[in-house]
Amino acid sequence: MNRREFLAASGAATVAVAWGAQPAAAATTGYGNVLVLVELQGGNDGLNTVIPFADPAYYALRPQLAISRGQVLALDAATGLHPALQPLQALWQARELAIVQGVGYPDANLSHFRSIEIWDTASRSNEYLPDGWLARVFKAAPAPPEYAADGVVVGSGMGPFAGGARAVAITNTEQFLRQARLAQPVAAAGSGALAHILKTEREVAQAAAGLAGNHAFATAFPAGAFGNAVRTAAQVIAAQPGVAAVKIGLGSFDTHRGQLATHARLLQELAGGLLALKSALVELQRWDSALVMTYSEFGRRATENGSGGTDHGTAGAHFAMGGRVRGGLYGRPPELTRLDRNGNLPHAVDFRDLYATVLGDWWGMSPQRALGGRFQPVGFIRT
Amino acid sequence: MMRRVFTMLLCGLLASPVLARPLGFDDARHLLNRTGFAANPPEITEFSRLTREAAVARLLGWTARAPAVPAPDWTQMPYEPPPRLPQLSDEARKDYQRQLIGQGRDLKGWWMAEMLTTTSPLTEKMVLFWHNHFTSSLRKVRMPLLIYRQHMTLRRHALGNFRELLHALARDPAMLIYLDGVASRKGQPNENFSRELMELFTLGEGHYAEQDVKEAARAFTGWSIDRDSGEFLFRRALHDDGVKTVLGVSGAHDGAAVIEILLARPETAEFIVAKLWREFVSAEPDMDEVRRIAGLFRAGAYDIRVALRELLAGDAFYAPRHRAGLVKSPVDIVVGTLRQFRMTVADPLPYALAAGRLGQDLFAPPNVKGWPGGATWINATTLLSRRQFLESVFRSNEPGMAPAMRTTPAADDLRGRQQRALDDLRFDDVAWFAQFRGAPGQDWQRVVLAMPPVAAMAGDDAAALRLAVQDAAYQLK
Repeated sequence: MNRREFLAASGAATVAVAWGAQPAAAATTGYGNVLVLVELQGGNDGLNTVIPFADPAYYALRPQLAISRGQVLALDAATGLHPALQPLQALWQARELAIVQGVGYPDANLSHFRSIEIWDTASRSNEYLPDGWLARVFKAAPAPPEYAADGVVVGSGMGPFAGGARAVAITNTEQFLRQARLAQPVAAAGSGALAHILKTEREVAQAAAGLAGNHAFATAFPAGAFGNAVRTAAQVIAAQPGVAAVKIGLGSFDTHRGQLATHARLLQELAGGLLALKSALVELQRWDSALVMTYSEFGRRATENGSGGTDHGTAGAHFAMGGRVRGGLYGRPPELTRLDRNGNLPHAVDFRDLYATVLGDWWGMSPQRALGGRFQPVGFIRT
Repeated sequence: MMRRVFTMLLCGLLASPVLARPLGFDDARHLLNRTGFAANPPEITEFSRLTREAAVARLLGWTARAPAVPAPDWTQMPYEPPPRLPQLSDEARKDYQRQLIGQGRDLKGWWMAEMLTTTSPLTEKMVLFWHNHFTSSLRKVRMPLLIYRQHMTLRRHALGNFRELLHALARDPAMLIYLDGVASRKGQPNENFSRELMELFTLGEGHYAEQDVKEAARAFTGWSIDRDSGEFLFRRALHDDGVKTVLGVSGAHDGAAVIEILLARPETAEFIVAKLWREFVSAEPDMDEVRRIAGLFRAGAYDIRVALRELLAGDAFYAPRHRAGLVKSPVDIVVGTLRQFRMTVADPLPYALAAGRLGQDLFAPPNVKGWPGGATWINATTLLSRRQFLESVFRSNEPGMAPAMRTTPAADDLRGRQQRALDDLRFDDVAWFAQFRGAPGQDWQRVVLAMPPVAAMAGDDAAALRLAVQDAAYQLK
């Protein structure tokens, strides 16, 4: 290549990068599209989140816990949102909120820990996989080296990143950067524990180099732990070139007892946080290149228990939002007359179909390799 | 004749060289640091002269049951039923919540003080182990007195008998609240406790069916709390006395009968021994050894010392591949550092909160599975927080403010108390290094680090020590 050709080639590359930096303009795929996962820890009660208010069986199963028809925020003639989710109504009306009902998997496991492991590793119910599903994705196709990391977990629990991704867990970006000067990357291997520490050190150093921004948002983030997590996620996304995926979490949704008040408070936090996240992403001009998606280890038992709560269940409803999300209802409404012998709901959509949506429609890669099977995108991304 | 006896003895020694030989410095250090908090040179020297068997027997024979630090005064007051919050005025509700928070902090500070000063560190390690097994959290239970009582139950049985411990915890009021047993009644059993009993406390996941969870939940109906005393109360009218089938055993089981069914299964002993292995030996248990030790544990009527003796005297424990192979817990880092460097602590609470910031908030494990521990203690956030904590405790031998200039922070001024606690720390490096003078073969690195440092050490002893505690090797035990 002579100098002239080199300049032409690098000039073309510059144009491509510039286009990449204007994500609002192009409906492209790849890691320029950020994924924000919101984990509803403890098993969210899908039935009281997205409510089949026209189904008499719902009121029969839940004499104490059912949300009355008058309180439900109706989306259509049969389905509505819990009243605490009122902030999400604007997103629904703008057709930027997809609601996927009946998300689960065959032979559901009702243990918190095993079931979240199944979700995190995208395994079958009886299959044990060592790595998180995003770790497998990033191992096969790492984010470009100039990215601060493949992913950031706000809080703890590496979840889908566990086992191989270039991912770091941070609580807030300012504190992280203040402390990062204490990292001392050394290249060495050794015992499993030592190797883990040295790898963490290298990732800290790289992430610190990539996250050294402090964006001044006009968005007001809600007070509280979830609001702070949303703020930190927004800071991470504001940094250039940032990361491909962020995970934040809210909990505990494990409402065995006294569910009504606890669940309303959690859903209110969730909706307020998601609305602030949208506002921050719009400010960053990243709303069209961001996909925000909830997940949880399971839904809860259709029948309420005797303690004003619900026990562990199976399928539940989940949300996806973003500027390129095609709003609407997906999946199937809860089939309350088809409960299994434990009193649990059948699932209509495999959770790995949600992941296939991310991999196929959002990042433009083949879902099969990371998911180990054929799973179909749900179809809520405008491609 | 004498000569023949001597030769025979010598042959005997050579036949079991490991058992009859003194531990030596490095093995003694390893044993004491895995079972305690950062042993000091005199203790290590003392144990180095004992054989494995003698050292382990001594360790298990020393353990204390009662804490030496007096518990907060309010723990000795009679139980008062919690007020019904909606009936309180705003002011009274705030006062009550302040009281709960204050008492929770009292407990954290009290336990931290005990760990910092105890002469029986293995007791504290085992109380922590059981706290992480039979978890309950102040955040959900919201009655510090009941959490205190549970803690005392864990302490009583920490090195006692697992069967008794399990029965006691199933009736423990804090546990009944934490896992919702308190509201479980005939016709409407709550499955939460029943499930965790099988999954996390005894058999482990995969060794029972959903139907077993449901049936066992019926057996625990009516296990409740007396509202006036806060003690366990069996409410016969709420108990389901019908026939249940748990793991193939049918009968009109109550909770105690279900526990016996679980204890009769080999998986229970294996589950506990494997967990003890991960705590004391290595991240990946040798399942053949685990099954062998579990057999002895079960045959020994679940005497916890039987399992510990086998683990701590076994070859695997001392194997070179397992040295420096475990990540220190936040409590190891905080308590171990302060004890190792003989730093006296006047106010223990800030150190309990420091362990919390590193990911181990005493009396508040993240969920019923407890702290996952091991390599998961370390991620980008917690590694940096560990380094920052270690940097801050060593900053303290630089001259601070004159004592007269200091004010005593108010009890609820946590930031002030933290600052004051760090200001008050002193590391007497001259005296500390002096203990290694005239002790040939013992250098301070062999005491402080479980393996040679990863990064190069430089400078004089004081400078090298700062580098050593910031080294990756310091995170390992």
